[in-house]
Amino acid sequence: MSSRPLFSVGINFIVGWGAVLLLVFPIIWMLLTSFKTEIDAISPEASLIFQPTLDNYRAVLGRSNYWMFALNSVGISAAATFLALLIGFPAAYSMAFHPTERTKGTLLWLLSTKMMPPVGVLVPIYILFKDMSLIDTHLGLILLFLVANLPIVVWMLYSFFKDIPRDILEAARIDGAGLWEEFRFILLPLSGPAISSTALLSIILCWNEAFWSINLSTTKAATLAAFIATYSAPQGLFWAKLSAAAVLAVAPVLIMGWVGQRHLVRGLTFGAVK
Amino acid sequence: MQELSSEWEQKTGNSINWLVLEENVLRQRVTTDISTNGGQFDIITIGSYEAPIWGKNDWLTPVDDLSADYDYNDIFETVRKGLSVDGKLYALPFYAESSMTYYRKDLFEKAGITMPDQPTYDQIAEYASKVHDPDNQIYGLCLRGKPGSGENIVPIMTSVNTHGGKWFDMNWKPQLDSGPWHKAVTLYVDLLNKYGPPGVTSNGYNETRALFASGKCGMWIDATVAAGYLFDPAESKVASSVGFTSAPIADVPNGAALQWAWALAIPKSSTKADIAKGFIAWATSKEYIRSVGEKKGWIAIPPGTRQSTYDLKEYQDAAPFANFVKTAILSADPTKPSVDPVPYMGITYASIPEYQSIGTEVGQQIAAAVAGQQTVDAALAAGQAFTLRTMEQSGYTKK
Repeated sequence: MSSRPLFSVGINFIVGWGAVLLLVFPIIWMLLTSFKTEIDAISPEASLIFQPTLDNYRAVLGRSNYWMFALNSVGISAAATFLALLIGFPAAYSMAFHPTERTKGTLLWLLSTKMMPPVGVLVPIYILFKDMSLIDTHLGLILLFLVANLPIVVWMLYSFFKDIPRDILEAARIDGAGLWEEFRFILLPLSGPAISSTALLSIILCWNEAFWSINLSTTKAATLAAFIATYSAPQGLFWAKLSAAAVLAVAPVLIMGWVGQRHLVRGLTFGAVK
Repeated sequence: MQELSSEWEQKTGNSINWLVLEENVLRQRVTTDISTNGGQFDIITIGSYEAPIWGKNDWLTPVDDLSADYDYNDIFETVRKGLSVDGKLYALPFYAESSMTYYRKDLFEKAGITMPDQPTYDQIAEYASKVHDPDNQIYGLCLRGKPGSGENIVPIMTSVNTHGGKWFDMNWKPQLDSGPWHKAVTLYVDLLNKYGPPGVTSNGYNETRALFASGKCGMWIDATVAAGYLFDPAESKVASSVGFTSAPIADVPNGAALQWAWALAIPKSSTKADIAKGFIAWATSKEYIRSVGEKKGWIAIPPGTRQSTYDLKEYQDAAPFANFVKTAILSADPTKPSVDPVPYMGITYASIPEYQSIGTEVGQQIAAAVAGQQTVDAALAAGQAFTLRTMEQSGYTKK
């Protein structure tokens, strides 16, 4: 082997791992902190060597009902994502394959709803939710997460559909396929990776949504984001317990992301290279 | 309180759903709910700042009609006043605090300084220069520098007050362009730049407390509640060498030390006000405080609210700072924060809804001055202009 490829492999190795370390460092640090005592956690001299303890996990699991929060997160994220796909798929289809002169504007308008900081509509939404008795209900959060993620779902599916040659659909139509057959036999099989990556992204976004779940839930429908929020308390910074709570909260979605990362990476590059 | 509340649940047959939140999130969550009459909570935690404003807005159920054995007179008068409007009590305090000067006895001894019982700001500046030793990572004076109405404004306001200043005059005209503000803020900026820790504008209460506890500060002027933590060897590296004395004064004694209470209140929208009242009476009672001491250790009892707490021999034995804190709380009167009469209540805040944005803006301007991005004059001029505009827009200055 000549020295040139070895050199370039070495550079790739260093740059690649450097980037990986930089990105996962906060998560690793969180994991380490969750095993420290509070005094070690807050000490300005950060140290990698310490006496690990499980006390934080014991305290966190002992104080709050983790499984209720986790189940809420799973249920609400899954339901909101399912509904978003149910609405987003036909919407993206119609905009990609049967565009009108208003399609571009509609797409942009959809995205523009994501541009406003959520706190701007907190009070109106709170009042609406109060009048409809939706505060602290699963249905309320599902509806809100659905609306919040729909633009991203539509955009992702739309850009994927734009890459599907129209000829395939036309050929199917010549062979006598109706709208349903088109969906069932052409689009769904073709867009498997797109749907799974969109679903995964939507689930992650729902999972991490903190603002609305903290503000619109109290004890019944609260998700894991609200669970973490209960560990930064006014009496002081409980870094170690906060980290333990955060590890417990991100673990499920981290595993989900790990398993589905192939789809996610593919999905994110849709339409990037034509 | 969450742990001990099962006692109350068993006794009364009621049950409680707890929602614990960080201070800023708590404020936002509770304010949204109460201002929209959302009815999500039967009992809320509020501070001295909110209680009089919300009471006035008719958002809270008055809590001055409990049975005689609740013993209202046992609650310190300054604390009660801070939670009342027009003589009506709207929240029951479970914890109250003032401020004091923490210092390192070992460093002071080495420098040959004796800390007086009542230091002045001039003395603080002198001592800070003597114990300042940045080569060994010991900084003469640590103070909150993070901008915010509940962060850097706290040490700044106590200094402004004792320099004879105030937020507003009796016509609600902002006073940030006055001499006392100029003196106090110049002093604050100079002290932090000369003897403060590096990156001080990112240090809030928690960060500064950790800094002191890890032995990096010669002095620290802040809330009395930190004492329990700094004296605890499991949490603090300086537990054996920490000393304390009064918060410093300058020209007048008024408002030199802060006063703050956390209290339990019942929103008007609660449908279970009677049960809620039963709970908050229990959780702020003498018996409750005693039972915390018996079960959780005497140093952990919620301090600052009742005379009977300080009559407990066990507490006096466990907490060397107990009487000192009591005196500080009793001398900090939120109704007389300044030497001049003022139309608002509060030592480190002004009890009007507009205060949060004013405090945050002024805090940011002063933090920019500490960071060297602008002069103290420019910071105060900008703060004055912002406050004046806010007060005009809200209709105060036309009154």
